[in-house]
Amino acid sequence: MVCSGSWRIRTHPILGSPPERPVVEIIVDGQAIRALDGEPVAAALLANGMKVFRYTESRGEPRGLSCAIGQCTDCMMTVDGVPNVRTCVTPVRPGMRVQTQHGLGRWGEKDA
Amino acid sequence: MIGGAAHLRRTGFLSEGELAALPGVPGLDVIRRGRVAVIECAEAIPCNPCETVCPKRAITIGEPITRLPSLDPSRCTGCGLCIAACPGQAIFVLDYNWSDSEGTVEMAYERLPLPSPGEAVVTLDRGGSPVGAGRVVKVRQVQAFDRTAVVRVAVPKGTVLGVRAFRMRGEGGR
Amino acid sequence: MLEVDFACVGAGPAGLGAASEAARRGLRVVVVDENARPGGQLFKQIHKFFGSAEHGAGLRGLDLGRRLLDEAEVAGVEVQLSTAAWGLYDGQTLALSSEGGVRRLKAKRLLFATGASERALPFPGWTLPGVVRAGAAQTMMNLHYVLPGRRVLTIGAGNVGLIVSYQLLQAGAQVVAVVEMAPTIGGYGVHAAKLRRWGVPILTSHRVTEVSGRERVEQAAVVELGDDRGPVPRTERVFDVDLVCVAVGLTPLTELCRLAGCVMAHSPALGGWVPAHDEDMRTSREDIFVAGDAAGIGEASVALDEGRLAGLAAARDLGHLSDSEWAEARGPVVERLAALRGGEQGARIAEAKASLAARVRVGGCGP
Repeated sequence: MVCSGSWRIRTHPILGSPPERPVVEIIVDGQAIRALDGEPVAAALLANGMKVFRYTESRGEPRGLSCAIGQCTDCMMTVDGVPNVRTCVTPVRPGMRVQTQHGLGRWGEKDA
Repeated sequence: MIGGAAHLRRTGFLSEGELAALPGVPGLDVIRRGRVAVIECAEAIPCNPCETVCPKRAITIGEPITRLPSLDPSRCTGCGLCIAACPGQAIFVLDYNWSDSEGTVEMAYERLPLPSPGEAVVTLDRGGSPVGAGRVVKVRQVQAFDRTAVVRVAVPKGTVLGVRAFRMRGEGGR
Repeated sequence: MLEVDFACVGAGPAGLGAASEAARRGLRVVVVDENARPGGQLFKQIHKFFGSAEHGAGLRGLDLGRRLLDEAEVAGVEVQLSTAAWGLYDGQTLALSSEGGVRRLKAKRLLFATGASERALPFPGWTLPGVVRAGAAQTMMNLHYVLPGRRVLTIGAGNVGLIVSYQLLQAGAQVVAVVEMAPTIGGYGVHAAKLRRWGVPILTSHRVTEVSGRERVEQAAVVELGDDRGPVPRTERVFDVDLVCVAVGLTPLTELCRLAGCVMAHSPALGGWVPAHDEDMRTSREDIFVAGDAAGIGEASVALDEGRLAGLAAARDLGHLSDSEWAEARGPVVERLAALRGGEQGARIAEAKASLAARVRVGGCGP
């Protein structure tokens, strides 16, 4: 059962309510968004309605979540200056800086 | 599988003919006598929680556990433990004689929001097509059902054989 | 370097089952898993499992997962999470990678219970954000309480497609249709029946022709297929969706087996290339076992019992079980597996497994 306008599931017929987790802030392309401490970066992005995570090297095509278990690399973004980070298996940390990655990414660029 | 169950394979739900052939589905004469379980299980799945859970031993599978469940209506009290226990949600309890004009269909329900007793619903058949009006009369949630609610819906007597789901008023269509 | 009796790669039902059986007999056991959470795919399975009481039938996957973790803890199994096994040296030494760096783990017996990956399906628009594999939808909904989409089209009417579609309904999404290329539904009828009566159409003999949208999924077009499997004119339909959930099969993950030089065999019934293995899950390498989806795509209950067989065999190998103790412990597990393989689908798998067992003894061909 989803509250309208939110992608987070507040209560589930089998799973009940999600476990309590501190709300933290991460910076995505320069914009602060609310995330839950420790959830995968990809989950935080989806919860905020963001689906495009990167653009491919040769044709600049958008990519997003695909396998969600760290096997396919479609979800890669640049995190705290490190490119090609699989956001589906990387937990959120307060103040983390996440950037939509263009192509193969570049090391050391922390700000959008 | 019973007779190939071609309709089930093609459409995802059992035809009248396929249902009639199932050892877990009592005949119309039995259903007309009153509260009884209907086990709409047509495939040789290795599975027997219904047999295990029935306190009256009304359900028999035996070995191998891929055998279809058969129902002994004389033992069945319509308690509904099997409704919640069936991992396939394939069991219903019908009460044809609930009142002069209405019967009830009891079914597994694992969604939110839970309907409330008294709530008006649109009843659906096995194919998801609307049948008519219905009214929720009871919602059971107990620990033994392990998070599967059992909802009892009152419907015009004649539709007891066909109603297997419902839509709450206000819910959109497909 | 750490040296143990039994190292299991994979903390899903197969790995945990094997580890618990071996640890209970006194072996020193370590389980490694690249994920941050154990349990493999179990914690995403919120539905009740089939089987018998001994199989834990009627138990939801996530509850079976908790039970297995408790069992492993009681047995004294050491589980190392966020630890990827990426290499095998000298036949018995695993190379591991975790946040602390790279290290080695040597073991007298090894189990590769590395599971499977989900197949992708190429079609125009298949790379658009919003096209996900079915397991990904499960992961987001059931582990992270995030809805991956509100209006969904599912491709594939096998058990995974049907189950995940129902779970999407439970999470609050709307499934506009399940599309299946074949003329019949591949998954169990009861899974299909749940969807049909709650209003989800299952379109057999239909194919997705294109998924489109501006940088994300917005529409999915399907067409009906005729007897010649070609499109039937004027049957095109377009659905407004924001998620396309692809459930077109699983492929065993067997890199470590191949690295170890295990004899491989191609088995369509088991999902592709698998290491040849005998009735006790032993590969062509005497000291290496395989179990679960890596040994052939199957259900969690099967994975668990295969893991138990491997654990028991390892315990016997290392002298912790006499032949008669081993036979006595093994018997009920073998019977349970046979019961699980009693149906039509199961019989094909049983046959494939028997053929693999013959390969192990004879030696086969493979990459």
